Amino acid sequence: MKLLSTKATCNSHGQDSSYFLGWEEYEKNPYDNVHNPKGIIQMGLAENQLSFDLLESWLAKNPDASGFKRDGKSIFRELALFQDYHGMPAFKQALVDFMAEIRGNKVTFDPNHIVLTAGSTSANETLMFCLAEKGEAFLLPTPYYPGFDRDLKWRTGVEIVPIHCTSSNNFQVTEQALQQAYQEAQKRNLKVKGVMVTNPSNPLGTTMSRSELNLLVDFIKENKDMHLISDEIYSGTVFSSPNFISVMEILKDRNDFNNSKDADNIFERVHVVYSLSKDLGLPGFRVGAIYSENDTVVAAATKMSSFGLISSQTQYLLSAMLGDKKFTKNYLAENLKRLKKRQNKLVSGLQKAGISCLESNAGLFCWVDMRHLLHSNTFEAEMELWKKIVYQVGLNISPGSSCHCTEPGWFRVCFANMSEETLKLAMKRLKAFVVESTGNVNGVTTKSTKRNLLTKWVFRLSSRDQRDQQEER
Amino acid sequence: MGLVSMDQPQLLSKIATGDGHGETSSYFDGWKAYDKNPFHPTKNPQGVIQMGLAENQLTADLVQNWIMSNPEASICTLEGVHNFKEMANFQDYHGLPEFRNAVAKFMSRTRGNRVTFDPDRIVMSGGATGAHEATAFCLADPGDAFLVPTPYYPGFDRDLRWRTGVKLVPVICESANNFKLTKQALEEAYEKATEDNIRIKGLLITNPSNPLGTVMDRNTLRTVVNFINEKRIHLISDEIYAATVFSHPSFISIAEILEHDTDIECDRNLVHIVYSLSKDMGFPGFRVGIIYSYNDTVVNCARKMSSFGLVSTQTQYLMAKMLSDDEFVKKFLTESAKRLAQRYRIFTSGLTKVGINCLQSNGGLFVWMDLRGLLKEATFESELELWRVIIHEVKINVSPGVSFHCSEPGWFRVCYANMDDRDVQIALQRIRSFVVQNNKEVMVSEKNTKPCWHSNLRLSLKTRRFDDIVMSPHSPFPQSPLVKATT
Repeated sequence: MKLLSTKATCNSHGQDSSYFLGWEEYEKNPYDNVHNPKGIIQMGLAENQLSFDLLESWLAKNPDASGFKRDGKSIFRELALFQDYHGMPAFKQALVDFMAEIRGNKVTFDPNHIVLTAGSTSANETLMFCLAEKGEAFLLPTPYYPGFDRDLKWRTGVEIVPIHCTSSNNFQVTEQALQQAYQEAQKRNLKVKGVMVTNPSNPLGTTMSRSELNLLVDFIKENKDMHLISDEIYSGTVFSSPNFISVMEILKDRNDFNNSKDADNIFERVHVVYSLSKDLGLPGFRVGAIYSENDTVVAAATKMSSFGLISSQTQYLLSAMLGDKKFTKNYLAENLKRLKKRQNKLVSGLQKAGISCLESNAGLFCWVDMRHLLHSNTFEAEMELWKKIVYQVGLNISPGSSCHCTEPGWFRVCFANMSEETLKLAMKRLKAFVVESTGNVNGVTTKSTKRNLLTKWVFRLSSRDQRDQQEER
Repeated sequence: MGLVSMDQPQLLSKIATGDGHGETSSYFDGWKAYDKNPFHPTKNPQGVIQMGLAENQLTADLVQNWIMSNPEASICTLEGVHNFKEMANFQDYHGLPEFRNAVAKFMSRTRGNRVTFDPDRIVMSGGATGAHEATAFCLADPGDAFLVPTPYYPGFDRDLRWRTGVKLVPVICESANNFKLTKQALEEAYEKATEDNIRIKGLLITNPSNPLGTVMDRNTLRTVVNFINEKRIHLISDEIYAATVFSHPSFISIAEILEHDTDIECDRNLVHIVYSLSKDMGFPGFRVGIIYSYNDTVVNCARKMSSFGLVSTQTQYLMAKMLSDDEFVKKFLTESAKRLAQRYRIFTSGLTKVGINCLQSNGGLFVWMDLRGLLKEATFESELELWRVIIHEVKINVSPGVSFHCSEPGWFRVCYANMDDRDVQIALQRIRSFVVQNNKEVMVSEKNTKPCWHSNLRLSLKTRRFDDIVMSPHSPFPQSPLVKATT
């Protein structure tokens, strides 16, 4: 009889993926501008480090929240004992208000329908436990966040079937791709329990269009035992148009428009996942949430949250912080400004190296097109290129294959987890590498550069919902 | 917002719509009664007193003082905010090294420094709740089972089984020998499981015990170690109440058996400890759970799983600072034991005055109360009837033994460390009134404070039932272990 469980001895934790291997290499040789200037620069970690000063100055002005106090009186004991899985009411209220504010108050959320979890990692796993049996499947558009392989599948036994998206239309989800994925699941004898999207997208950095969202809602409307999960963890990072449209907004609009009752109980089959790890840059505090209008899901998920509650200390601090509406308004605006500026720097830096990326308006990363640097249109070539970039260039970026992208040559490059100087250095290194490998960048047109220019032109002309192309670069 | 989807069972998973969460257990019913009508000394003096929650509220002042004197331990104060950014950003599932070091040291201190712990084997989890579930995921496949001595903490039914598909097989322990775990009971349970085609993957013990409040003696621990090695199954030792032991005999951790009892052959890959700060420090809200495994593969796997329930770095940082303050820890552990001992004495002597005995214990945050004498019949139905009376008439939430899977009716777990001195007296008063009211034949006067076994026999509600109880095998006879002093 084998000693440990199957889960312990298999590798469904997904950590053998190159996504995590790059991190390991970084850990062995991390860049430091003083102590290790030749080290690997971490561009594989989607963190938001741009706005800590705003948080720190809030803390300085709010000693009560920081010091276990309310109105000057210590509430340490109360906090130390608070383990109610319903969560702190004040915190849930502040959180839903914050979520509404991010969505321009076009939708509101009921704090009684929020379930608090230890990060969105836990939220996503919990939803799987609630919505699917072992062996059933969810459809996910590719490319998707590598962590989903662990979060959605590992301990739940749920399967992921990819909805293949391609660069031909900026990786948008199409009806055809959706149906193909559904057929694929049928072929594999997998019962499909729904679709899960990340909006804004990781790794694309783009917001989903109204038509895409409607397509998905139509799909689950037709298939009455399916769910739609929208992981909106990056909702507060939408720094330029088009505006972020939450799936909740789509539902509300459709409901208003139809002026009918929710006959297909769509509201009970759409669930939103959120977290403060990206918008507020607090991944260490483990603050995640599930929002659902389905009472049974809320009840079950609430009980499951026992396995990963948010520390009361953290709930208290954040209830005060997010409850400060003046602060949140200012923070959200300023944070977006900084993200936009930083993204621009990355994009122009890449351009100088003759590299283009998918036009994006959100997230903490760009989806970078390095297809012209591959020696063949294969994932082997992508891995080869990736290894060169990690070991020779000294940049940890995430290869598209780790995100299950169907086309080789795409990489996710993060821009918000380092200083401006470090980003500059990273771009310098990259440019030097490109010059070395391709002979030239701008000017002499080799075959690959020609293809590159053409692709760039095609990207510029393609539009997402006729949005304005005159973005500042 | 639409009907609950019970009429569409296919919409959600079986896990979500079943009752594997265990909340239909009577353990939680009492809580619900309390929630509806919670006692408050001034605002609701007739409310239900909560004695069903094993919390340690006796030492909050010590911790509070420490926090106020150590502002740099918070990443939010002026003194500590320079660490805010680093902590807010740190999501490495290895956890802060200083946190692991401090926890390892603390675990050692609570075992009298008789053993040391390797910080690299410390894995975080969402409380002991998360630790148990993760451990089950690592050690067992769906359909496998763990042996658990009864009575046991009701939460295990959820933590170990709900989402994991693992089963629990009870190992019956009886009052005849103070509910000690015996080799015979272990063998019987194992054999029966094998006959029923259930694959046993491990044995879960809670030491100090919940709900008994007793510690396992060395012989029992050695028996356990021999048993699991012989059967090649895992041993999970939940030591969450380690520092709540307030008198002799000392707590002996399984780690000590591994380190010191070298005459026993033990494959360390089979041994795992679950720990938490919720009981010893009184911080259930901070969700600090720990898995400590001697098995490298389990450490690695559990660490990856800890992503589903990491400890907030805000909390890790605070704990790292607090638990490495040697002077504070020393003072805290001594003072905590003192206060628990005192509270135990006050409560149990108050009970004895009205002829209620408890299993002799020296740890935990509760007593295992013997109310078999108050049962109409030696059945669980009677137990629940009595329990309802206690909740609704005496207005105290206690936990009935049946919810702990106790094999004998009439036992109740009563928590005493989650209230202040005044509330303890109020609770005792209510119990006293109830007993006096229902026992017209009590000879014990208010002045007689000596524990008298005779009084036990007089707690029956009617003379006739008194006879039944005396003759039943479960009645408290004079030579009952409850009366004699045990070591």
